[in-house]
Formats: sequence, structure tokens, C-alpha cells
Amino acid sequence: MTSTAVAPVAPAEHPAAAAVQAVRASDTLAAKRERAAIDASLRLPVLLFFGSATAWLLFGSLLLVIASVKLSIPGFLTGTEWATSWMNVPLGWLGLSLPASFAGDSGWLTYGRVHPAGWDALAYGWAAQAGFAVAVWLMARLCRVPARSRPFLYSAWAVWNTGMLFGTLGVLAGQGTSVPWLDYPQHAQLFLFVGAALVSVWSVVLFRVRQPGPLYVSQWFIAAALLWFPWLHATANLFIFHLPVQPAATGPVHWWYAQGFITLYLTPVALAAAYYFIPKIVGRPVHSYALSILAFWALAVFGPWVGMTRLTGGPFPAWLVSAGVVAAGMMLIFVVATGINHHATMRGRADALRWSPTLRFVVVGATVFTLGSVQAAFMSLRSVAQVVHFTHFVEGHDFLMLLGFYSMVMFGAICYIVPRLMNWEWPSAELIRWHFWLVVSGVGLLWLALSMSGFIQGLALNEPKISFITTVNYTKIFLWGRTLGLLLILAGHVAFAASFVLMSVRAGAIRRRPTLLAMTPAEEDAPPAGTAAAI
Amino acid sequence: MNRMPVIIVGAFLAFFLSWVGLVATPYAQIGRAKPDIDDITKDQSPPPLPGTSIQGSAVFASNGCVYCHSQQVRGGNSSDIGSGGADLERGWGARRTVARDYMHDRMAYFGAVRNGPDLSNIGARQPSVDWHYQHLYQPAVVSPGSIMPPFRFLFEKRRIAGQPSADAVKLLPPDLPEPGWEVVPTNEAKLLVEYLLSLKRSTYPLPEAPEEKPPQ
Repeated sequence: MTSTAVAPVAPAEHPAAAAVQAVRASDTLAAKRERAAIDASLRLPVLLFFGSATAWLLFGSLLLVIASVKLSIPGFLTGTEWATSWMNVPLGWLGLSLPASFAGDSGWLTYGRVHPAGWDALAYGWAAQAGFAVAVWLMARLCRVPARSRPFLYSAWAVWNTGMLFGTLGVLAGQGTSVPWLDYPQHAQLFLFVGAALVSVWSVVLFRVRQPGPLYVSQWFIAAALLWFPWLHATANLFIFHLPVQPAATGPVHWWYAQGFITLYLTPVALAAAYYFIPKIVGRPVHSYALSILAFWALAVFGPWVGMTRLTGGPFPAWLVSAGVVAAGMMLIFVVATGINHHATMRGRADALRWSPTLRFVVVGATVFTLGSVQAAFMSLRSVAQVVHFTHFVEGHDFLMLLGFYSMVMFGAICYIVPRLMNWEWPSAELIRWHFWLVVSGVGLLWLALSMSGFIQGLALNEPKISFITTVNYTKIFLWGRTLGLLLILAGHVAFAASFVLMSVRAGAIRRRPTLLAMTPAEEDAPPAGTAAAI
Repeated sequence: MNRMPVIIVGAFLAFFLSWVGLVATPYAQIGRAKPDIDDITKDQSPPPLPGTSIQGSAVFASNGCVYCHSQQVRGGNSSDIGSGGADLERGWGARRTVARDYMHDRMAYFGAVRNGPDLSNIGARQPSVDWHYQHLYQPAVVSPGSIMPPFRFLFEKRRIAGQPSADAVKLLPPDLPEPGWEVVPTNEAKLLVEYLLSLKRSTYPLPEAPEEKPPQ
């Protein structure tokens, strides 16, 4: 634990107060200046990543809502007559109209394109980019040097978003590959690879010039994530799309990549953030150094194998699936070690969840991570997999990990980082509250609907006396729940984006203290003891 | 753990091990499939894809069919993590799918969620070209209760010039074209249907996958 990773914030009566006071004494003006210089150096690159991530987040959730409605109303937005007739109104004023061939049905919004385009916009546009920003910022803070070689980051941002644009347009226009998580055409994938590699190279450069001092847990996770992701991505694309091989052999590689993207890139980045922000806000060092070492190596050793559980019942060597099941079980070491560590760090300081937006998002995300990982281990069991394989249950799990765990941690990180970059506090606590509760209820509903749907669907599919169309009919009510959940999530994301936009123009009045969740305006004028730095 | 080289080398080695296990080994184990050739008839098994159906595979991919349709029959043997044979009893195939079944395709579309039925043997189950065109154009009419979106953008509605076209789709009410108009499949639709008709993945024998039940 370096001194930079601890903010002195515990109230005086707290048992940890003595330790915190000691740290506070060491938090000199020089240290504060150092942090301010680092934040200033990263203002533009990190805000660029967060800004475009937010845009893709909105776009992706909107596409997923459209796709979800289509599962209930298959004809929804299939034709472009509506768009054509709308566009013809302003064109009519100019005496023009679209050619007749433009009207009629278009493939751009068919389910099989909108769904992957929306999902990948969330995964790569939002999740991966927010991850870059958080990794870059944490790395600079923990290396205690202002960012240099910033053109690396600007190019990474430009290249990555160009790839996203090509990829999304490609999938919607019908160049998608139909390999889930790798839907983008190869030219877009090349851009993504270069973007990710630039971020990795930049981190290595920064790390080489760090100030001497012990490494912090978050640095291990970020270093590993930035090593694994470009490697995973390049290998998967090369082996799946370029090597001449019989197609069935790409199955293991594909799930090695797709699960690896979650387990080996998103998860370590989110945990790096959790390991940083939880101790920082509760004002107490990480409970156990040994547990975090255990967690790290358990992730590194077992994490890459977990994806094989997705190959259940497929035409693959049986040992692959068995290896995946074992790894999914062993991953519980990683999950339990992480969970205990965070819980023990938090113990006695749960009240901070009421006022700190960062802590609330991060802790909810970390809790969902624990529960979701237990669900994953459970899903890998043979008797369960037999039922839930090929059903909505698995999809519900993917949504839970992406939106309930990873996104929440990123939102928490953004709540903390952006005010420091902008020198401005969040303009509206109300918007943060709406954001939080809409996303929590939306993810909860989405997960419940898909889990119940998938379980019933799976049992019905395994009973051949039930006709196939009946298995579809069983899920229809839950598909509406899926849409409603995604709508709530979209609304939450809109609240977040609104907050972000207001922040970027420094809207609202000057606040002398951080924007907290559990305070009335009257309280804001009279700071309560012990909460001063507790954002 | 204050030495980054230890972390990087450790993370590298652990990851490299998984690369060997999950990327290199499967490529070596099942990557180089050859068809089974009958000693007497010299028939290939699986048979090569007919005509231009491999191009139809690209249409299948570009429209994301795989997001609702699997191409993987789960077996009924207790050694498989299967569905207890339900896939077989539904008539989706006479045996479980094995790696060689995909060897002539562009990509193996295993599938994710079964919002629609498995397509491994759709060419054997629904051999009618007309049925496929009708179904793509008006899925809910052909298959009541279906949540498949209509793929009308794969068709062209045009005024009949002279004689009606030979390949005009025989649509069912309520989607009949106005008198004097007809609906014809585009080239993409033709390729897609050709591909779907080529999907007959348990109609040929493979030694590693004996038939588990007679096809229904």
C-alpha cells in the first residue's frame, strides 16, 4: 500500500482513525500537488476515452432495446418505409424525394445485426474504452508520474473509435462474421488491435519512468490485463479468420477469447479499480496483502480456461470441457479471496455507502462480481449445463457480468476521476441517484427475466413431448421483462450521460465539497464531521 | 510482489499454458479433418457442399441467424453432456454433431440461444425451396407463434412484366402481392436457401458418430 493509495477520511471516532491520522499527516502539500499534476496531465486523454465510451454506451443500450423489442414484435422497425416517409417531409419542402428503391425493407435493423452491433458497442465501445481510461489514470497515479508520450493515447483513442465505427457500420450493413464477440469485419478488428496495443505500450513506457516505491495490487492487475488483452485479441482473430483449419477447431479458441475478454481484461481492470477506490474511500489499507496475491495468481492460472465451459455438449475433445469445469470451480479461490478482502476492508464503514457515489457503485459492482462468479461455477456443472445450455439463462449471466459488475465499477471510478480532471464537482446528486437506481433495477429485472426464462426454456427443450414452438411461447412473457429491464438500463445510462455532459461544461454552481448522495442542501452548507473527503 | 518482471513473466507463462492447451492443441487434435471415403462407392462423408451454397453461408453470417439458431445436435449418450436425447427425438438429427460435420463450411455456427430450432439438418427436414422462401418472407404465417423477423429485404416486389417469373414466391395470405405484382427472391435469398438446403449433417455415416436413433 503506497501512501498515494490511502485518503485520510475516517471519522475521528473510528478504530482506524489513528492509522488514518498518521497517513493524513504524511499527505503533504507536495503530495497533493503531485496528484494534481498527474490529473492535469491526463485531463484530455482520459476525458476523450470516457466521453466516447459514454456515447457508445448510449448507442449500444439503445440498439439492445430495439433488438429486444424485436423478439416480442418481430416486425418492429423491419421496414424503412417509416424512415423514408419521415425523411421525405423535409426533402419535400425542397421539391425532392428519395428514390423509390430506398423504401421497402432494409436489413440494417434486422435482429441478427442490431443485437450483435448493440452488444459489441457495449463491450468494445463502452466497456473496453472505459477500461483503458481507468487503467491509464490508475497507472499514472500509482506510478506517481505525470503522463508523458500523450500522442500515444490520442492515437489509441482515434484508432480505437475508428475501428468501432467501421465495425458497427459493418455489422449493420451485413458484413458481420456471426462469431459472437468477434462480429466486426477484419479491417475493424485490426484498428481495435492497434488501439489496444498503443495503450499497452504507453503503460509500459510510463511504468519505466515511475517513482521508486512498492507496487500496489492494482498495478499487477492492470499490467496483466494490458498484456493479455491484445494477445487474446490478435490470436483469436488470426486463428479463427486467417489460418486454414477445419471450422470446428475454432470453437475452443473462440470461447477462450470471448470469456477471456471478460475474465482476463474487464475483470482485472475492474478489480484494479475496486482495490484502489474501496481503501481510498473508507480510509483504510487493503485488509490482506496475502489474499490479494492469492487472488491474482488464481486469476492468472485458472482464468484463461474458464471459457471452455461454454463448449458443453459440443463436438470437441471431452477433456476441454472438463478442464473448463475444473477451472470454473478453482476460480472460486480468486472470487472468495477477493470478496473477503474487499468485505474486510469495508467492515464497519458500510455507512459510507450512503453518501459516496464512487463507493456505492464500486461495492455494488464488486458484490455482483462475487454472486455472478458463483453463478458461473454453478452453470458449469454438468447437471445444470444440460438444462441451461442454449437458453436465455447464459445470456442473463453475460448481461449481469457486463452491466451489473463491470459497468458499475467503471461508473464508480468515473464518479471519482472526472471531478479531479475537471476541477469541478458533479452538478447533480439527483442525476447520480437516478442513474444508480435505474441501472440497478434494470439489471436486476433483466437478469431475473432471462434466468427464469432460460431455466423454463431449458427444461422444456429437454422434454421432446413439448413442441418447439411451445418452448418459445413459454419465454414470451419474460422477453417483455427483458425489454423492460433494458429500457430501465437505457434510462439510467441517459441520466449518466446527462450528468457527464453537464460536468463537461461545468454546469451548476461552484461547490466547495464533493457531491455526495445522502445529504440535503441544508446539510451541504454545514459539513458533517468526518465526511469531508469521502467522495 | 514488488517486482514487475515476476508478475509479467508469471502472467505470461500462465497465459501461454492456456494458449498451448486451448488454441494449439485443439488445432492439432481436430484441425486437420479429412472426409471419410467409402471403400466401394468412393463417396465422401461428409459430402462436399453442393454448388454455391458456401456463398449462402456468408448470407447466413451477415444476417446473424446464429443468434437464434444453433447448428449443433446434442447427443443422448450418458457420456455426453447432452440434452438427454431430446434433440434427437425432436428430429433435429439422427446423431450428435461431431467436429468433421463442419469441415466444408466457412465457419462453424454452433449457436448461442435457441430462440429458433436447430438447423443442423434443416435441409433434410424441410427440403422444399418454396417453403423456405415463404418462411423467410412471412415466418409467423408459415410457423404460427414464431418470433423470427420477416426477411423481406431478401426479396424484391416488382410489377409483373409479361409472364409471371418462374421463381416468384408462392406467398400465403395475408401477404399476397397486389394483382399485377409479384415477389421474387434476390440472389442473396437464393444463396441462403441453397445453403439451408445443404444442411444435412446427420444423413451420412461417420465412424466416430454412430446413429443414435433412426431419423424421424
